[in-house]
Amino acid sequence: MSQATATSHGETPMIEMKGLNKWYGDFHVLRDIDLTVKRGERIVVCGPSGSGKSTLIRCINHLESHQQGEIVVNGMSMTQDVKRIEQIRRNVGMVFQHFNLFPHLSVLENCCLSQTWVQKKPRAEAEKTAMEYLERVQIADQAYKYPGQLSGGQQQRVAIARALCMRPEVMLFDEPTSALDPEMIKEVLDVMIELAREGMTMLCVTHEMGFAKTVADRVIFMDQGQIIEEAPPETFFNNPRSERTKLFLSQILGH
Amino acid sequence: MAGESMRDVMIEARRPPNAHRGVVKWLQRNLFNGPLNSVVSVITISVLLWALWPLVQWALIQADWLGDSRQACSGEGACWVFISARFESIIYGFYPEAARWRVDIVFALMAGLLAWLAIPRIPGKRWAAIIAVIGFPVAAYVLLLGGHFGLMHVSTRNWGGLMLTLTVATIGIVGSLPIGIVLALGRRSNMPLVRAVSVVFIEFWRGVPLITVLFMASVMLPLFVPTEVEFDKLLRALVGIMLFWSAYMAEVIRGGLQAIPSGQDEAGKALGLGYWHRMGLIVLPQALKLVIPGIVNTFIALFKDTSLVLIIGLFDLLAIIRAGLTDSDWLGFATEGYVFAALVFWVFCFSMSRYSQYIEKRLQTGHTD
Repeated sequence: MSQATATSHGETPMIEMKGLNKWYGDFHVLRDIDLTVKRGERIVVCGPSGSGKSTLIRCINHLESHQQGEIVVNGMSMTQDVKRIEQIRRNVGMVFQHFNLFPHLSVLENCCLSQTWVQKKPRAEAEKTAMEYLERVQIADQAYKYPGQLSGGQQQRVAIARALCMRPEVMLFDEPTSALDPEMIKEVLDVMIELAREGMTMLCVTHEMGFAKTVADRVIFMDQGQIIEEAPPETFFNNPRSERTKLFLSQILGH
Repeated sequence: MAGESMRDVMIEARRPPNAHRGVVKWLQRNLFNGPLNSVVSVITISVLLWALWPLVQWALIQADWLGDSRQACSGEGACWVFISARFESIIYGFYPEAARWRVDIVFALMAGLLAWLAIPRIPGKRWAAIIAVIGFPVAAYVLLLGGHFGLMHVSTRNWGGLMLTLTVATIGIVGSLPIGIVLALGRRSNMPLVRAVSVVFIEFWRGVPLITVLFMASVMLPLFVPTEVEFDKLLRALVGIMLFWSAYMAEVIRGGLQAIPSGQDEAGKALGLGYWHRMGLIVLPQALKLVIPGIVNTFIALFKDTSLVLIIGLFDLLAIIRAGLTDSDWLGFATEGYVFAALVFWVFCFSMSRYSQYIEKRLQTGHTD
């Protein structure tokens, strides 16, 4: 993210959602969502399972399509046009719960794939960028291994590096630590905290409340497809307003 | 004692206990571990020997190998002179003798290219692939058919024997795989028209027997097209075989596509890759690897079914051997003929099977080793 692009966009928000509605068949998953994410903002989305939080962030890079409302990412409004969707996706990195690394490619090739085919970078340059980011997530020594030979935590760090290689302006995290063994959660969270400190715009669906307290500018609580409460972490955790939020917090923090 | 314990010295990793090695150990462990298994083993081996011995005697020990006419056959075992006397026609069919060197060159080119592509140690795979896809078909076409560069024209009516079998099989295999891939992708497409066309195509070709396809190609097609347009009979059979098997191939590949988790495609989307990139770089490489056994199974079935072209009057390997059986000088050698034909088919099909197993091992990238 260069300084020039940041200033030229001025104060346009990174992500803007207005009146977003989505249905799976008859099931109303997202109901009248309005959400604005400013540049450099770190947002944590939480809520019970089935509340639509994953669906919400998957709409931002059009892994899910919505039926009503408007999404504007980095000044580009989302349409059904494939070329435009692909253009938006180039600015949006995503990390999945199940890593979704490409098992038939080495770690390095995983990181180079879209650089070579989407950004059309020469091989050597792509590898240099890939190694830089693998270095940053501290896994450069495994660059020539295949994903199947790595632990879950290592795979997730590779997945973060792979997304960063495209130099996205915003990063989406869809429950990045939920599929990990407890002892590996920290290594992934450390990378995410580091990324937040560097000023990356981030939207994380997670149950890691410690992470939310450390880095989030805002915490969003969702239930039944709607945003119930939105607040800075101190307010959210110490003085939740909604009964639903209180119940949710007591359930995940209570034990 | 209370149920407490603590370890202060960690256990070093040790090698597994010595695996039993050697022939004697193997026999002991696998055939003679215990009285019952020993008895079963002895009985099975005896039955096998009792059943196979006459075959070995007939085919190898009492067989006649040398000679050039029927007089060389003693009549005690197989008379392989029947095969050696007709060997040329089994390989080349009715291809004119003066031009058979052209077939030899094509055989040699094909063997060389296959070795180049199949043996990992030989470098320059990219060039091998380019030559195999573009250079070889052109060279084979020019050499086999002739009519250019001062080469005598040889009509496909004179093609036959192993040369015809390999031509049909190679073109069938090389043609049906890409068409099958396109059909499989089409059947999973989001576009209703593309999906409908693929489904109808696949279900039509899978629903008719190959013999019907060949009959339609050779007998019915000429009725529908104007007489001035004359398609070569072999060409028509080739197109029929290719389309027929591509439908099977499509379903095998679709099975592989369905086994790839949707997260793979999503990860590709999230990285900004377009449809063809996602399919070509992420989904297909994994799907095809997964269904190598099914693909090779189809290849083998295709290879063996090439012998069906005899019903439209093309003389493949099997047909040419059958034709030899009616030669009045060589009446009564059907067994030798069929056994030899079976052996040739088996050698090709078994090679494909072994090579596919080797490829599967080479492409293994998971944790298991």
